[in-house]
Amino acid sequence: MRYDLTLIESWIQPGSRVLGLGCGEGDLLYALKTRKAVEERGIEISEKKVRACIEKGLSVIQGDINLELADYPDNSFDYVVLSQTMQQVYAPPELIRSMLRIGKKAVVSFPNFGHWRIRMQLLLSGYVPVTEQLPYHWYNTPNIRVLTIKDFKRFSNDVGFRILKEAAINTQERDMHGTIVTVFPNLRATYGLFLIGKD
Amino acid sequence: MSMDAQPRFLKTEKRFFTFGEKGKGLVLESGAHFGPVTLAYETLGTLNKDKSNAVLICHALTGDSHVAGYYGEYEKKPGWWDTMVGPGKGIDTDRYFVICSNILGGCMGSSGPSSINPETGEPYALDFPLVTIGDMVNAQKKLVEFLGIERLHSVIGGSLGGMQALAWCYHYPDHVRSAVALATTLRHSALAIAFNEVARQAIVRDPNWDKGYYYSGEKPSMGLSVARMIGHITYLSDESMHQKFGRRLQGKDAFSFDFDTDFQVESYLRYQGAKFVDRFDANSLLYITKAADYFDLSRYADYQSALATLKKAATKFLVVSYTSDWLYPTYQSRDIVKVLKRNGLDVSFCEIEADCGHDAFLLPSDNLSGMITGFLSGLHGKGRG
Repeated sequence: MRYDLTLIESWIQPGSRVLGLGCGEGDLLYALKTRKAVEERGIEISEKKVRACIEKGLSVIQGDINLELADYPDNSFDYVVLSQTMQQVYAPPELIRSMLRIGKKAVVSFPNFGHWRIRMQLLLSGYVPVTEQLPYHWYNTPNIRVLTIKDFKRFSNDVGFRILKEAAINTQERDMHGTIVTVFPNLRATYGLFLIGKD
Repeated sequence: MSMDAQPRFLKTEKRFFTFGEKGKGLVLESGAHFGPVTLAYETLGTLNKDKSNAVLICHALTGDSHVAGYYGEYEKKPGWWDTMVGPGKGIDTDRYFVICSNILGGCMGSSGPSSINPETGEPYALDFPLVTIGDMVNAQKKLVEFLGIERLHSVIGGSLGGMQALAWCYHYPDHVRSAVALATTLRHSALAIAFNEVARQAIVRDPNWDKGYYYSGEKPSMGLSVARMIGHITYLSDESMHQKFGRRLQGKDAFSFDFDTDFQVESYLRYQGAKFVDRFDANSLLYITKAADYFDLSRYADYQSALATLKKAATKFLVVSYTSDWLYPTYQSRDIVKVLKRNGLDVSFCEIEADCGHDAFLLPSDNLSGMITGFLSGLHGKGRG
């Protein structure tokens, strides 16, 4: 499993109810279900990935995370996880509010656009940065929201939620290994991970 | 070739279960009493010791109890869902005890308008009472009890079979661990009712229909074949008809400039219609389409409390739709998912990309098999009982 997902797994209490948004082929949900007896649910837009999840015995709904959350009653979940999907969300404040309506807590992770390599690319080359975490050009990227770790902290004040736990990590896109970054995280971490709760 | 190299021959047989003699029959949703009731059924696989591996498969409009395997060496074709049900298949008969019965009102061995009324010695014809999907399920429950099963591991069905699977969950929320609803709906739409009504009108306007009492004379074959043609159109899609037939002509190079068959699609529909009258009873089609039209789970007053019971029982659902199904389009499956989500139930949903229309659920599909296998396995050790 990807390093960031392993870290998220360690934040989740055993036996809790977890909803994974954009859960892909269900690696995190499967680990949580089998290792932490979590009651898992997922939402994923790709038919192929949804099939992979259901074949594993996971409970996953094919759909758009911007539309699917409305049907869940308040506090249906202990955690709602948005892993590396924030950068593709059309309306982040609304989504975060929905996540904290249907979940007691939420986990959000995203590629850190403040990483020094990205800053250097723009500074030195003059082109919009293309990185391993965000490997697209400006004209074909699905990533419409790039943000830094600092941005997310300011966002918490603007939207009104509490950051309960955070981790800045250095890992590559599909890497199983990584390190926690404590010194100058906004410069040195490739990803930011946050556990958030209601204000 | 040695004997071992041959595929395993899954043998099954048609059985009959009769209950409700001497006034102890079913109280139907219409309020009428009906009995005795006979259900034709078959079973595949072995019921385990704690009777926890039973899977009930519900057939669609014109299906029967012969879901998979062969009745004997003489049979050319296996049961209607043999690609899904059998040893090592999506619904694995090495693992599950599979039950399938012909629906109440049908004409493949279960009580229906063409079966003999013991009081008169004649076919019931229209003396057979109107039945609902709920009545069909109530009859199946008696069979399941007779087989000694308290709680089904799963109820699985597509189309009208999916309605039965959902109705099982409503009527017997404590007796189903899971349900698989394929290409189906919570309530029959105006479009679906409209097609059914045209099919029924084709039958009742056939002079041979004779107000339903045609069993001693000519059958309303013309009406029934037209009804089947309409049905077939709704099971296909624009895309599949385009691929299958296009505008190709049947056995000719130029238009005939009369009302004979010109196009392949015409020929196909006529063939399907003609083939159908040999195996299906026109009155059964009237009764079953009416049952489908009446289907609307949300009309029941205690619908919400059934959902609460299902939540307590941790019943799991798998809902599947097909992109080109215009009889039960994806939005209707999403409505099922929505209701289940709102009530905190455990539901999985997948819309399978397919251009062959409503029929897609019956066609061989590794995608569907894989999901059903995973879904049924995922149930083990979860939930109650």
